[in-house]
Amino acid sequence: MFQLRTPKSGRSSARSLATWYRSGGLSSVIFAVPLVLTFLYFSWGPIVRGLVLSFQKNNLVAPPEWVGMANFSYVLTDPQLPQAALNTLYFCLLALIFGFPVPLFLAVFISELRKTGWLYNVISYLPAVVPPVAAILLWKFFYDPSGVGVFNSILGWFGLGPFAWLNSQSLAMPAIVLEATWAGAGATSIIYLAALTGVRTELYEAAELDGAGIWKRVWHVTLPQIRGIILIMMLLQLIGTFQVFTEPFLFTGGGPNNATTTILLLIYRYAFINGDFGAATALSVLLAGVLCVLSVVYHLLTRRWSTT
Amino acid sequence: MSHERGIISTADRKRSVVQYGLPAIQVLLFIGVLIAGVGPLLWLLKSGLSTSQDILRGPMQLWPSGIQWQNIPDAWNRVQIGSYLGNTAIIAIGSMISTLFVCTTGAFVLSVLRPKWGPIITGAVLATLFLPGVISLVPLYMTILKMPLLGVNLQNTFWAVWLPQAAGAFNILVMKRYFDAIPRELIEAARIDGAGNLRLFTSLVLPLSKPIVGVVALLTVIGSWKDYLWPLLVLPDPRLQPISVALPRVAETTEISLQMSALFLAVLIPVVLFLVFQKQFLRGVGMSGGIKE
Repeated sequence: MFQLRTPKSGRSSARSLATWYRSGGLSSVIFAVPLVLTFLYFSWGPIVRGLVLSFQKNNLVAPPEWVGMANFSYVLTDPQLPQAALNTLYFCLLALIFGFPVPLFLAVFISELRKTGWLYNVISYLPAVVPPVAAILLWKFFYDPSGVGVFNSILGWFGLGPFAWLNSQSLAMPAIVLEATWAGAGATSIIYLAALTGVRTELYEAAELDGAGIWKRVWHVTLPQIRGIILIMMLLQLIGTFQVFTEPFLFTGGGPNNATTTILLLIYRYAFINGDFGAATALSVLLAGVLCVLSVVYHLLTRRWSTT
Repeated sequence: MSHERGIISTADRKRSVVQYGLPAIQVLLFIGVLIAGVGPLLWLLKSGLSTSQDILRGPMQLWPSGIQWQNIPDAWNRVQIGSYLGNTAIIAIGSMISTLFVCTTGAFVLSVLRPKWGPIITGAVLATLFLPGVISLVPLYMTILKMPLLGVNLQNTFWAVWLPQAAGAFNILVMKRYFDAIPRELIEAARIDGAGNLRLFTSLVLPLSKPIVGVVALLTVIGSWKDYLWPLLVLPDPRLQPISVALPRVAETTEISLQMSALFLAVLIPVVLFLVFQKQFLRGVGMSGGIKE
């Protein structure tokens, strides 16, 4: 009875165009315009342009010229690169060792507290609310190397220090990681807490009957059930820390003696201090390539444990 | 009575190690969290009301030369914290609007209208999720300096911050996933009732998606509030800069007491907002984890 479908035999293109229009084809296009335009301008376009730029010499003044692999060889032979790569890896490692377990431990603990859990939650999330730049400036003052600096005077009560903190080549990076952990732990632990609400509690009963102690229950029952989110958060943290910029930039500017120069700081210097956009994009492309390989390897390595 | 149990059982709680150990750990951890979470903020409040000399000579002493209430209005007027905070709000709200506009309309096409070319767009959006942001930093900056085809320079306009924010794959896919869960029968019913696509979008899909719209809005505001490098690059004009870009510059030129009261004012607003809306905040941030999975 109903003529739901318009005749398929579109003899003329005008007819099929009319059909397309009547079935809402035009409004689909109109609805898609914002997405397609913003992505063309600010996502797909820049990605393609980045790949192109890395093979060009470009300083925004002279017209760009093709230089082949020259940018890559320049970047790879830059004597600053090994140091920056090592610093970045060092930052990632420290953040993984110190920054990763803290929120996880916090979340497991908070999830055990039924009545007062929210209070821990709110307080531990507070640092995440402080704008990162304000937090860094505040901590920079805390790290004052003189004997009356905030941290040094607190440690002085226990007879320790004074430490040079950001002025010391060996302490600068751990100091930055400490601040980053402080700033990030609350937000991450909220995400774990949300995942922990989905843990099936019957299993605790079974584990307890089998004689598993509290720590064994955490290790064998709780953590395996949220391993999916743990693995993802670890990968996201790795990708994030490889691209760390704001903390070293504002804390030390890469010093002392380049002890905290990261890859992104190097990219920033190439582009916005030297005006060498080709070298900057070449290094960006290399870093992005490394991160893609890292993600794939990570995925393959952890496939055994992942939930899906 | 159904009682949710946790890792620690009632039998455990009777063991003396747990009976005394658990409260001890609780108290210790609470002190730790309190020092880490509230300590720096209280210190900032104290220092914001101190003289520069007091801050430098005795950072852990309570107001040896009295409380300096004058610091707060000084920071507001002389450092112009007010106008930087205003810029921050303009940037955050504009980013939120542009993000919501792009991701709701985009997700509506990909999830509800489902044109033939939809999967291609979905794939292209998804692909950008796997590429780290660093790859487009420099070319994005050059795009802002001279928009391709249009030839416009967006530097020193708020558009330079608002628009790129909207091209986030994560938000689009989250929104699309939420729209996918709307029963098709509802949409078909609205169609039979004669609703056009625009009507379908504004009167059915959007009202049904309030929770996810709220989460995306919140995460966008938090994200743009925290952003530093991008506004630093595209807003070199101090009159347009948000607080996070302005603070490090201000820190170099102002005395330490005003610096601390400026920092205090910059921290105060998000902290108060958080404490007022803590439930929504924590739920929204928690949901973002579920989405990532």
